[in-house]
This record gives sequence, C-alpha cells and structure tokens, in this order.
Amino acid sequence: MAPVSTARLGRLAPPLALVVIWLVMTLINPRFLSAVNLTNLMLQIVAVGAVAVAVVLVLLIGEIDLSVGAVSGLGAGVTAVLSVKQDWPAVLAIIAGLLTGALVGLLHATIVTRVGVASFVVTLAGLLTWQGALQLVLGETGTVNLDDPQLVAIAGTFLSPALGWLIAAVITAAAVAAVVVHLRADRPRRVWPWVLAGTVAPVAVLVFNADRGVPLAVVVFLLLLAGGDVVMRRTTLGRHAVATGSNASGARRAGIAVDRIRMTVFALASVLAVTGGILAASRLLAVNQSSGSTDLMLTAVAAAAIGGASLFGGRGTVWSALLGALVVGSLANGLDLLGASSAIRLIATGVVLALAVGLDTVAHRAERQPFTEHSRPGR
Amino acid sequence: MSVATHESGSPAQTTEPVLELTGIGKHFGAVQALAGVDFRVHPGEVVALVGDNGAGKSTLVKIMSGVYQADSGRMRVEGREVHVHSPSAAQSLGIATVFQDLALCDNLDVVGNLFLGSELGSNAWMDEVAMEKESWRLLRELGAKIPTVRIPVASLSGGQRQTVAIARSLVGSPKVVMLDEPTAALGVAQTAEVLNLVERLREQNLGVVLISHNMADVQAVADRIVVLRLGRNEAEFRTVDVTTEQLVAAITGASDNVVAERHARRVPPATETGEVEA
Repeated sequence: MAPVSTARLGRLAPPLALVVIWLVMTLINPRFLSAVNLTNLMLQIVAVGAVAVAVVLVLLIGEIDLSVGAVSGLGAGVTAVLSVKQDWPAVLAIIAGLLTGALVGLLHATIVTRVGVASFVVTLAGLLTWQGALQLVLGETGTVNLDDPQLVAIAGTFLSPALGWLIAAVITAAAVAAVVVHLRADRPRRVWPWVLAGTVAPVAVLVFNADRGVPLAVVVFLLLLAGGDVVMRRTTLGRHAVATGSNASGARRAGIAVDRIRMTVFALASVLAVTGGILAASRLLAVNQSSGSTDLMLTAVAAAAIGGASLFGGRGTVWSALLGALVVGSLANGLDLLGASSAIRLIATGVVLALAVGLDTVAHRAERQPFTEHSRPGR
Repeated sequence: MSVATHESGSPAQTTEPVLELTGIGKHFGAVQALAGVDFRVHPGEVVALVGDNGAGKSTLVKIMSGVYQADSGRMRVEGREVHVHSPSAAQSLGIATVFQDLALCDNLDVVGNLFLGSELGSNAWMDEVAMEKESWRLLRELGAKIPTVRIPVASLSGGQRQTVAIARSLVGSPKVVMLDEPTAALGVAQTAEVLNLVERLREQNLGVVLISHNMADVQAVADRIVVLRLGRNEAEFRTVDVTTEQLVAAITGASDNVVAERHARRVPPATETGEVEA
C-alpha cells in the first residue's frame, strides 16, 4: 500500500495546496472568491504562467534556463521600441520580439551543446547580458509606454458574455465527446482530465461573465498550454524531449539527435518567455528596466517546480505551469488582499515551494520502487 | 597461445555471414584497443564474444553498433561492404544493440521506450494505438511477462527492463542483435529467462552476438565462442568442443593461471561449469 499511495499523494500535492490556499484565503477574506478578484488573479498569473511553461519545457530536457525573465523583458522591449519609436504595426513588432527570443534561445543552446558549458552557467550569463541589453534597447529614459491600441488590447480585452459561453460550450462538448470515445475504446484511457476541463470551463466562464467577461489574455494563455500539451504528448518532438531529459546518452543511442532537440526546446522556451513578457507589457501598458526582473524568473521556476515539473529532467507536463502559477499567484493575491507585506509573501511562497518539491521527491522515490517481483538473490 | 579455429559442423556454416568484420583496428590516442580483429555471425547463430576486461569486447561492440568508427578494417552486412557512422545508421542496416546499461528512459512507459527513435505515425505525429498494439505483439513473441505497457519502466524489475530492452532491439526487424552483458545484473531465475529470450531470437533466424563474462551463460546458449585478448583474436571454439579450462586459458592467455589453478583445486574438471569474474 505505502509506495503507490505515496506516489499518488505526491501528484495530488499541488492541487491540494491550491484548494487549501483558496479555502484559507476565503475564510479570512470572502472577497478572495469574488468574480472581480478571481478575474484579477487570472490576469495576474498569465505572464508568469507563460514564462513557467518555458521553464517546464527546459526542465523536461534536463536543463535549466535562468534567463527566461531577462529574455521575456528583452523581447517585450524590442516589441515596444519597434512599435512606439519605429511605428511598426503591432503584429510585426510582436513577431520581431518573438524572433529575438528564438535567436537568444538558439544562442544559449549552441553554447550548451557545442561548447559543453552547463546550461545553468550559460543562462546565468544570459540573465545578466539580456538585462543589460534591455536597458540599451529602452534607451536613456529607461521606459517605453505602449500606445498601440492592438498591443494594449491583448491584456485589456474582455470577451462578450455570449462569446465566453460559446467557448465554454465548445470545450464542454469536446470533453464529452472525448470521454465517450475514451470509454468506448478497447483500451480505456484516463478520462479525468477531460471531465475536469468539461466542468471547470462553464464555471470559469460564469465567474468571468459576472465581472468583465473572459479576458483575452487568459484565452491566449490557455491556447499556449493546450498547444504545448499536444506537442509534448502527441509528437515525436515531445517524446524525444522527455527521452533526452530522462536519459540523454540512451536517447542518443536510440538514434535521436539530442542536440537538435535541445536547440529546438531552448528556442521554443525563449519564444514562450517573450510571449509572457509581451502579455506582461500589455497589462502594464509599458516596458521598463524592471520588466523581466529576476523576480519573474524566480517566480516562474518556483511555479514550474510547485506544479510538479522535476528539476532532474524528464518529468512534468505543461499543465504544471498552470497549476504552479495558480498556487503562487493565489498566495500573492490573497496575501495582498489581507494587506500582508511582501516579506510574508516571499516567505509563504518559499515554504510552499519547499513543501511541494519535498513531497514530490518522496513520491518520486516511492514510484521507483518496483511493485512487481524483485528477485535479486541474497540481500 | 596460437589461434585455434574449429570450422567444421556449425549449423550456420553453409550460409553467408549476415555480419562480417575483417581486420578491424581502433586506437584511442596511444592505446591500441583493437588490432586486426576478425568477427562474423551467421543467421540463426549465437556467437559469444568473450574476453577479460580491456580485451576490446566493448570497443568491438561499439564499432558494430555505430557508436565508434573503426580506424581500419572492413565491415560487411550480408556480403555488402558498409560504413556505419552512427547508431541510427547501424539500425537501418539491421544491426540492433542491447547496451549493458539498457539505455532505457525511466520516465517513459514501455511503449515509449520500445519505439524510441522509431515512433510509428505520420511525420512528427505519433500513432499511440498502433504502437501499443505492436508492443503487445513484440512482447508476446518473446513470451515476456510485463503486466502493462503503460507504466514507466522505472517501475519494472531488472529482468523486465532487460526484456523491454531486448524487445526494443526487435523493432524495425533487425538481422543481427547484439547483447552486451545481458545477465550481469540479474538473479538466477531472471538470467534463465533472458537465456530463453536469446534462444527465441535464434529461432527467428537472427544473428545473435552475446557479450558475457559468465562462462556458464555462454556455454549454455552460444553455438560458437570468439575469444578476444588484448585487442586481438585469441581463439575461436565451437561450444560443444570446448571445456571451461580451455576457455579460461584462452581468455587469460595462459593455462597455468590463477583462475585455472583455483578451478583445478576445487572442482573435478569433467563436470564443472565455471564462472570467470574479472
């Protein structure tokens, strides 16, 4: 009994933490569960969440990227400067920002794979370099205020109630169809993720519509998550990424171009980080020198780890980013609501991180114990 | 000791070798790991490759599996000269390797490991259903006891992991399967199961190369035994013709060695089945 249930407990720890935090926050201050506050909470976590997805991808291949925060700031800075100072159209400015991210990611991966420097060091150097680069890009004033209506609209748009309900209906219908197909298949698969999605979608839309409507930024974030999930679980890129993080030399001997996987994932992660940076800039209506600060990186790494992505590689899903960002974001939001100082927020986040990763480590050890025969003679 | 060859009577002598290496040389810096090594395996034949530590077994295996490239010598697959410059090139030539560390990815499930690097599906899109069905077929063919193909291999026992690794080598219908120390980490019952698997591979008319330190295992399943010593061919025997003493003598390079002395003291020579642990 012990090993299996411990393993389950580890996987259930992050959602349990979320439930406990929501319960406690609501008991202390019922306004926590209000539609306005929950909508704000979601708006607060999309940027960190997108950066956390980037962290999860890099963790999956067994590497670390400490530069995600700085890169998100640099990419957003490039977009902002091109839009405001060069009058580029919003779409082109965004593409340029994302391309900047891709190039930075490729540069990091090239140094990691060709020179063989540990990704920890390469991306630490990147953290410093790209923070400096952001200051250069922003120029003397050190801040660029967004004025392009489309850039501002990313975080400032709320969908009409009808459109929100349409989205909920589509998700629920897809979930019902998926559950039916899964249960009819000769080898049934897990259905609970679909059941969860099908139930949460209408409830979430109900809450959002009670306030200003479904935020466009949240839709963008969820699309990122769904897309990332499909890539990681259904394509060879995702499979090979997990294999690389799990056993790089074994993956290489299985004929996988491990270095190419690393290049792709680092580039993808930096693009995701820039996406988070642009979401943050759109919400803040500006990019300044503190955009993409170290704090963003630390919060994103914490979110990924709390959500269940292993720091040893090969374990975790992109949904870890959502879960972790929700936990970290709910803590911060709830403590703000209580008027707690940032000191308390940092301590609480630290404690939750230690607890979540500690439980996960115990669970991981339990999972490794073979629950079938183990017939080594003597001992 | 001179090179002893016993050519007659092997079941596979009439066929063309499926894999043949001649005059293979390999050095790492100043160290000559292999010099003029010849090796061949026929379809439906189990050839054991034995030798002491540093004899060059692993280097030879890595050359055949494309991990290393030979400095000199020639390699032929079914009579055609080939150059194996990468593990995937070896695989596409029909040479599959089960490495000593198994090279499994603990976090992937059995299906994921079996098809790693040769996933079924169209382009980047994987067909999980087809892979799962094919996994069960492969495992049944080997008579393998795996409870489910959807658990991470980290949860499997040593023998089950070895089975998964062997089943993986059969994905892509190879002609030659190389097993590097397949029983080194296994218990008695699991070793017997792996030896059964080796015999099943032979029944499927595959060429099997078995690298082992364990003389009992080698003598139990091999048709022919090739002994390497200090990077050269030392001897070659038909298993039915050779005693453990002769094997040990060939491996260590002398008949009056400490291993043989211990055997002579402890076990009556006629009935023994010895094991050489280096």
